[in-house]
Amino acid sequence: MSNKERHWEKTKGLMMLTLAIWFVFSIVIFMFGESLNNGSFLGYPLAYYMCAQGSIIIFVVLIFWFANRQEKIDEEFGFAERGEDE
Amino acid sequence: MAEKFINRKDFINNLPRIYGTYTGGFLIFIILMAIAEQAGMTAKTIGIMFVAFTVAIYALIGWISRTVQVDAYYVAGRQVPTVFNGMATAADWMSGASFVAMAGGIYFGGYTYMAFLVGWTGGYVLVSSLMAPYLRKFGCYTVPDFIGTRYGGNAARFMAVVVLTLASFTYVTAQINATGTIASRALGIPFELGVWVGLVSILLCSMLGGMRAVTWTQVAQYIVLIIAYLIPVFWISNKNGFGFFPHFMLADEVARLNDLEATFGLVKNAAADIKAAGVPGGLKSISVPHSDVPAGGMAAWKFISLAICMMVGTASLPHILMRYFTTPSVKAARKSVAWSLFFIALLYTSAPMLATLSKISLLDPNLPTGLIGKPIAEIMQIEWVNAWINVKQAFIADFNGDGVLQLNEWFMRGDVVVLATPEVAGLPYVISGLVAAGGMAAAMSTADGLILAIANALSHDIYYKIVDPKADVRKRLLVARALLIVIGAAGAYIASMRITSILGAVAWAFDFAMSGLFFPLVLGIWWKRATRAGAVAGMIAGLGSGTAYLIYVGPKFMAQTPWLGIDHLRFGIIGAVVCLVVMVVVSLMTEEPDSATQKMVDEVRVPSGKTILGKAH
Repeated sequence: MSNKERHWEKTKGLMMLTLAIWFVFSIVIFMFGESLNNGSFLGYPLAYYMCAQGSIIIFVVLIFWFANRQEKIDEEFGFAERGEDE
Repeated sequence: MAEKFINRKDFINNLPRIYGTYTGGFLIFIILMAIAEQAGMTAKTIGIMFVAFTVAIYALIGWISRTVQVDAYYVAGRQVPTVFNGMATAADWMSGASFVAMAGGIYFGGYTYMAFLVGWTGGYVLVSSLMAPYLRKFGCYTVPDFIGTRYGGNAARFMAVVVLTLASFTYVTAQINATGTIASRALGIPFELGVWVGLVSILLCSMLGGMRAVTWTQVAQYIVLIIAYLIPVFWISNKNGFGFFPHFMLADEVARLNDLEATFGLVKNAAADIKAAGVPGGLKSISVPHSDVPAGGMAAWKFISLAICMMVGTASLPHILMRYFTTPSVKAARKSVAWSLFFIALLYTSAPMLATLSKISLLDPNLPTGLIGKPIAEIMQIEWVNAWINVKQAFIADFNGDGVLQLNEWFMRGDVVVLATPEVAGLPYVISGLVAAGGMAAAMSTADGLILAIANALSHDIYYKIVDPKADVRKRLLVARALLIVIGAAGAYIASMRITSILGAVAWAFDFAMSGLFFPLVLGIWWKRATRAGAVAGMIAGLGSGTAYLIYVGPKFMAQTPWLGIDHLRFGIIGAVVCLVVMVVVSLMTEEPDSATQKMVDEVRVPSGKTILGKAH
């Protein structure tokens, strides 16, 4: 496998993992909203909290994490951009 | 001179200082207005000052950012730093509807409505992992520019422009409508005139400098709108002792609302009663629990399907994607998506809190602002109640004739939650003026992004790439600006006619975009085998089937029973699935793309190296 192919394999893996986490917090948990609401976080009913703040905060953190991971992958295979003017 | 200044590296390096000074100046302006209010300046003058002052600043930024260069006009010279692009995207994203209507939607719709919150934020995960970095590497000026180059041929490019125009135009009339409403209220002019005043303000920001001017005004607009949204939320929460940091401290109030709902009883008024009482159109009473999850699988599916449409739609809306063409690098584009969502989250996580604060202010009989359970004659003496009833934004219908206000007898328009909460909670008028300026900023920034997306696609992809490829730079930019005026005027004309029957919901824009653009964009990057014929067929079939289904179920059209709960807000599910299937089948039936195209896709997947399309093309 060439360098490029291995880089793309890893990139795809990261994309899949990111989307899996996204899928859980945007879709899966809201399939069980009714029972989720029996739990609580900071005193809020849990399902209410997740759509008001919880999932949104997780998305923000997830995208920052994704961007950092992808930068590492690019550096590992020598595909990182050198200067900003490139 | 300004042209020289804004091109220099100094300008970019000085951005934190420039916008820091601007923010400080704006805060000083708010304090000055507060002092003027104490000194006896009328509410009306304060409203005019707020809107006029902020719009004048945006116009000034628009003028300073004027340009005669193609890459500055289309992609802001690709030098917008990540954090600032994040702010600009947040302003681009959060429309007048987000600012004015979202808290009201949650106020009336409760948990079910909050599917919009999840959808309008979760979509950015798709933008960052599937789209933005690769489109940035491509180096396109517009979204159809990518489709046209990746798949080749004018048919693909043309279809992408059709989808873009349909989605963006559905959205933009609502924005111009919002600027008109706010301008007319703040300046005391008729709505029809307000729409044109709004349009002129919008064009002042974008006409001379294109993307560059829109970028720097959007950053300024974000600062105004976020200050205007957060100050009332924190102020009300602290004033009433609900908690110093409302986002994490309103659990007791949410629980209290649950109790109050049980005490007062949630009654859904019969349509006939509402009609007989003469409740003005668009006004609602609270009939849905604040934090309870509705029972049943269908309710869960409705929540999830709406969230899916909004998420996939977000990742296909050209006016958002094109913001990531302006960053200096691929790496910066990725980071910039994260910052965008961070700045959006500041407002979106505050909206449910504002809805909670506003609701408890009105409902709780222990609070001085509480209305429910009080004699109606007494309530009618309250100044703000009178003012909003006079303009048909609020209404009292004494259904049981006992002279006491019940929960189901108090009607309000959703927008009032944001616009009137400062007054309801007894904050000084300067805060209401600030909120008007914030709403104006939100509506203007989104309208600018949308109009620019349409005008750029028509000038670059239709005029330059298809009609007259030999046109020189001067002529291209002239056409781009002329189109900006034409599209803006068309939007304002439709908004001023107030034919609400042809105006769709904002959600439609997301559904149109996901029906026609999502899979051609994603597969263009992630599937080398996707062919031109597949993409063209997918776009036509996706947009066609989505639109046909909208006409079939749309309440203003044929109003047939939706299939599996997929109603007119969710028609993108049909369109996108058809688009995917047709695109894959047709791609597999046609010959695989030539080696040059495959090599191009390989190049897009690697961040380093030159962009596919040249700096100026």
